[in-house]
Amino acid sequence: MTRLQVIDTERCVGCQLCMYACQRRFGKGGIGSAAIFVRSRGGMGRGFRVVVCRACSDPPCAAVCPVDALRIRKGGGVILQPNKCIGCGHCQEACTIGAIFWDDRANKPVICVHCGYCANFCPHGVIALVKEGSKDVIK
Amino acid sequence: MLLNDPLAKVLYIDLSRRSFWIEYRQDLFEKYLGGVGVASMLLKEECPEGIDPFDPKNPIIFAVGPLVGLFPMASKTVAMFKSPLTGNLGESHAGGRSAASIRLAGYGAIVIKGASDIPIYLTIYNDKVRFHDGRAIWGTRSTVAGRALREKEPGSGIRCIMRIGVAGERLVRYACVITETFRHFGRLGLGAVFGSKKLKAIVIAGNNTLQVKKGKIYKEAYKEIFKRILSLSALKKYHDLGTPVNILPLNKIKALPTRNLKTAFFEEAEKISGEHFAENHLGRRLACTHCPIACIHLAALRQPYKDEPYFYKTTFISYDYELIYALGSMLGISDSVGILRLLDEIEILGLDAISTGVVLAWATEAFEKGLITEKETELRPKWGDYESYINMVRKIVTQPNDFYKTLALGVDEAAKRYGGEEFALAFGKNEMPGYHTGPGSYLGFLTGARHSHLDSAGYSFDQKYLGKEFTSKDLAIALFKEESYRQILCSLVICLFARSVYDCQTVLRLLDIAGFTMNEKTLRQLGEEILKNKYQFKIQEGFSFKNLRIPKRILETISPHGQLKEDFLREAINVYQQLLEGKIFLD
Repeated sequence: MTRLQVIDTERCVGCQLCMYACQRRFGKGGIGSAAIFVRSRGGMGRGFRVVVCRACSDPPCAAVCPVDALRIRKGGGVILQPNKCIGCGHCQEACTIGAIFWDDRANKPVICVHCGYCANFCPHGVIALVKEGSKDVIK
Repeated sequence: MLLNDPLAKVLYIDLSRRSFWIEYRQDLFEKYLGGVGVASMLLKEECPEGIDPFDPKNPIIFAVGPLVGLFPMASKTVAMFKSPLTGNLGESHAGGRSAASIRLAGYGAIVIKGASDIPIYLTIYNDKVRFHDGRAIWGTRSTVAGRALREKEPGSGIRCIMRIGVAGERLVRYACVITETFRHFGRLGLGAVFGSKKLKAIVIAGNNTLQVKKGKIYKEAYKEIFKRILSLSALKKYHDLGTPVNILPLNKIKALPTRNLKTAFFEEAEKISGEHFAENHLGRRLACTHCPIACIHLAALRQPYKDEPYFYKTTFISYDYELIYALGSMLGISDSVGILRLLDEIEILGLDAISTGVVLAWATEAFEKGLITEKETELRPKWGDYESYINMVRKIVTQPNDFYKTLALGVDEAAKRYGGEEFALAFGKNEMPGYHTGPGSYLGFLTGARHSHLDSAGYSFDQKYLGKEFTSKDLAIALFKEESYRQILCSLVICLFARSVYDCQTVLRLLDIAGFTMNEKTLRQLGEEILKNKYQFKIQEGFSFKNLRIPKRILETISPHGQLKEDFLREAINVYQQLLEGKIFLD
C-alpha cells in the first residue's frame, strides 16, 4: 500500500497547487472540497504548514465515529463511507493535526484517500507518495 | 461564460452608508473577460469626470478573471482608481492570495465607494461583508496592522489581507497597498486612496468550488500547461535568483540607472546583484497562490541592537529587481544591508519603493546643485548614505515642512516647485522604472496607459533590437501590439511572467473550458478595445500626448542604443497616438 507523505514542509513555498490538484481530481476548479491544506505559520515569512491525513494505523477519527462511517484503510488512514455518515463532526474534533476538512455543501468530512494525485503537482518536493513500510521514512 | 459562474457577481460596498449589495454583471464579464477589461468599464461607470482623486466618489475597483482558481499563474488582481499621483488613470496589479480569495469568495469584481468618517476595516467572507472599527489599528505600521488582523480574523491559508501603512493614511501620493506582507499594489497611489477613505485594511477569504465545461478536458489541459510552465528556462531563472537576476546583465549593457541616471553603469553592481543577495541574504522563497514558480525572494536580515551585546532582531524582507534599482544603484548604495534596511522602512510605512527611490535621487541631485539646502532637507542627502535616506523616507511620511510635503506629491511636483525638471525622472508623472535600455523603454513609459515598464515592455524590444535598425514607426507599432495583447493577459489576470505559455491559441483553448467562446481575431480586437477604453478615460481626465514631458537627462546619458533623440521619441509618440485613434490600421 502507498500513502501520501509530507517529506519536508520547509521546502513549501505556499503555492497551494496541491489543494487545487486535490479538487481537480473531480474535474472541478477551486478548493471547496480539497483534503489537503497549506497555511502559514503566522505570517508567510515564517513558512508553511502542510495539513493532510498522516495515515494513522490506529486512527482516532474512526474510533469516535458513532455510525462506523470511517472504515480503516489498509496501510493506514480511513475511507469515508458517505452513505453511513451523519455529518456529526466528531471525527474532525478527534483529529489532533486538523487534517479532516469539511464539505459545507454536503455537510460531510473530506479526508485524504492517499491517491497521490496532488504530489504530481508539487514542484518543490514537499509531498510524495511513499510505499507503506519503507524503513527510511518517519511519518 | 458558464451559467452560474460566480465571476459575474460584482460586490458593491458603500463606505459612507456602510452598506453593500451584489449585482450580476454577465454583460461585462461576457464581453471583457475580467481584470483590466472589466475594471476599466466599471471605472468609467463609477468615476465622475474631473473629480479630485481624494473625493469620496473616487471608486476603488478590484477585478479578477475566469481562469483564476482553474489554471496556474492566473494569480493577479487588477486594481483601478483615479490616481492621486498622476491625477489620471490609476491601475495597479498584485498577486499574493488576492486573486484566489476574491474569486473563491464568489466575486469577479469588488467596487468600493464613499468614505468612512472613522477609520475602519472590511471583512469579506464568501457572502458575508462586515464593517469593523479600525481606530485601534489606525496610525500603525503596516506590519502591526497585518499581525493584528491575522490573529483577530479567521481564514488562515485562504485569506488575503490588504492593508496600508501610515504613508497611505497621510495621503503620500505614491503610498501602496500591501497584501500578504510581501506583495503590493505598488504603483500610482492606491494606498493614498485607501487612506482618503479611512480604509485601513480589507480581509477577503472564500473556498468556493468552480465548474468547468468538461472535467476531463480540464484536467488534461491543466497537466499540459503545468508541464510547459515548469520547462521554461525564463521561469526557472525567476525561481532561482528572482527578478534581481537582471541587475548584472542590465549593468553590463550600461542600462542600469545609477545616481539619478547621471550614468547607466554602476561600478559596484556586483555587490547588489541577484547572485549577491541570494548568497548572502536569501532566507526563504514564496509563491503567490496557484503559482509553481515562487519568484518571491525573502532576505533574512539579522541586525544587532546597539544598546546591548548579542541581542539581535531578524526580519524577512522581500526584494526584487525594481527595488534594488530604485533604492540601490539609483541612490548609489552598494551596501546590500543598507538597501534592505531602507526597503524595510519603506515597507513599514507603506510607500511605493520605485517612486520613493526616484524622489530621493532627484532630491540628492537637487541638493548637490544647490536648488535646495539643508533648510529644506534638514539633513545632508548623499549618494550611498542609506542612514540619511532612511530618515528622509520617514520625513516624507511625517512631513515636517513644506519641502517634505512637496516630496510626498511625487518628483514631478517637487521639480516644478524647486527646479531640476531636466533630471526629475517621471513619465506621465509616474516615477521611472529601472531600464535605461533605449528608446523602446522610454516610449513605453511615455505611452503606456499606466506609464509602467509592464505596459508594453519596451525594455524587451530594446534588448531584442540591440545593434539593429528600426524606425520610430516600427517601434510604436511593436509596442502598441504588445500593450494590446497584454490587455487580454491582464483581463485574465495571468502573471506576465507566464506570457509565453499563455499565447493566443492556448488562451482560446482555456477560455473554452471556462465557457467563453472566442476566436483569435475577436480576442486581439478585444485587446485593442480595452486599451482604447483606458485611453478614453485618460483623455477625459486631461491626458495629452503633446504635453508629455521628456526629462533631458535620458537624452544626455548614453544608452545601449547610443544617444537618444527627442525627435525620434516624439515621432514615435505621434504614431502611437494615431494607432490609438485608429488612424493607422494594422493587419
